[in-house]
Amino acid sequence: MIPILEFLLRLACWLLVAPLLPGVINRVKSLVAGRRGPPVLQLYYDLARLWRKDVVMSNLASPAFVILPAVAWVALAGATLLVPLGPAGAGLSFRGDVLLFIYLLALGRFCTAWAAMETGSAFEGMGAVREVSYAVLAEAAMIAGILSLCVQTGSVTLATMLVPTAGASAVLLAAGWFIVLLAENCRVPFDDPNTHLELTMIHEAMVLDHSGPPLAVILHGAALKLLLFAVVLTQAVVPLGYFGSRGACALLVTGVLLVAAGVGLVESLLARFAFRRVPLLLTGAFLLCLFALLVAWKGGAA
Amino acid sequence: MNPNLNLLIGLAMGLNLLSLGTSRLPALIRTMAAQGVILGVMPVMMEHEHDWRVVLIALATIAGKGLVIPSLLRRAMRTAQIDRELDPLIGFVPSLLLGAGGAIAALALAHLLPLLPEHADTLLVPGALATVLTGFILLIGRTKAISQVCGYLILENGIYLFGLLLIKAMPLLVEAGVLLDLTVGVFIIGIIVDRIQRAFDSLDTRKLTALRE
Repeated sequence: MIPILEFLLRLACWLLVAPLLPGVINRVKSLVAGRRGPPVLQLYYDLARLWRKDVVMSNLASPAFVILPAVAWVALAGATLLVPLGPAGAGLSFRGDVLLFIYLLALGRFCTAWAAMETGSAFEGMGAVREVSYAVLAEAAMIAGILSLCVQTGSVTLATMLVPTAGASAVLLAAGWFIVLLAENCRVPFDDPNTHLELTMIHEAMVLDHSGPPLAVILHGAALKLLLFAVVLTQAVVPLGYFGSRGACALLVTGVLLVAAGVGLVESLLARFAFRRVPLLLTGAFLLCLFALLVAWKGGAA
Repeated sequence: MNPNLNLLIGLAMGLNLLSLGTSRLPALIRTMAAQGVILGVMPVMMEHEHDWRVVLIALATIAGKGLVIPSLLRRAMRTAQIDRELDPLIGFVPSLLLGAGGAIAALALAHLLPLLPEHADTLLVPGALATVLTGFILLIGRTKAISQVCGYLILENGIYLFGLLLIKAMPLLVEAGVLLDLTVGVFIIGIIVDRIQRAFDSLDTRKLTALRE
């Protein structure tokens, strides 16, 4: 009984905390710009409002239009269970779960892109194409980073891979994964979450025709993904294992907040890149992770 | 041998990739200058007893590669009123991947070379190979005369890294002579760039391949 309770508690914790992170980012952005900005809990209000609304469906779309966002959300929620939370460990952990983690993220993206193309709208197709073509490059960087952690710890389980490591490659990995985080979550140098010009949107263009609960699920899934990346990034860089359980928890929370603040600062200080320059930056992220892998490999050999 | 030295060489290799990925001429010159400064610090870190000649060479290298040559290039750029975009023959992403592939190959293959035992565990040889390769890619892959000069200077940085292997055997006079040659060379190139700009209204070296009356 108790393990099930703990499992549910953990899931609830992930789901409830996730919408906080975009609020924190917006607060940092408004502070830098000298505005008052929306309340930190704005996304909760938005989700509640969307949840009460009806779904508008195109008569071209199949039922998959409603089902796929839910599948994507479940995939992301499942991925959160695999990620260890500092001293608390992971909800689910087995040998090779890092592969499942990568594939769940990919499944989430695939479902969102498919749902976007259901309506047959040109803008959504364009958004899906852009999202997937960036993801190809971002995923290469992500996998190179994960390989470097695997080589460093000699383990393929997320729980033992993430917690105790902070080698020489941590700096390279942090820089590479931060760029991946920005790309995967459609933040500023790649995509502007506030833009409403269809020609330049990526993620927002993809979800243009969704409404009501499916849109709420997509928004919540995006927040969940951001939290997921922030937690993984923090744990891959900060050696939480050396601190006591309370210190590790505090460090984890600080790390996630710092990542959010970093995203907010990047968003306030940088303009988004032209589309043709994006592959260059993502290749840079891939190379950073690749060199982290190289350092881990060479460091292990010497 | 020396973890700090390896860190510096790693930084220089990172700057190699940065110089391949950048699309602006001032950024390329800045990257090259930073690499020159890093290379200048290295001889001081390698020697345990600080000979005054080593310190002198380090200072001369930092001044030459970090300050004099970049400022000469910037002046040439200003007087010739070159526009700052680089137009590449080999695109930025392919040249970045080529450079990274070269660096990884250099790291993986360096231990096959018959090195002295004290050099075997440093990054000097792979760093030098990777830097030389970066210089070649810049020389081949960029069309503007000034960016080719930058490629040539990065190539020379790689040769300087090789020279550090022989720091005990090679007279420092040779290194000083190379540095002087380099500065004079860049000075002359600065003048030539201005000439090319006046004669052709462009610094595109592709226009120099056709022969005319």
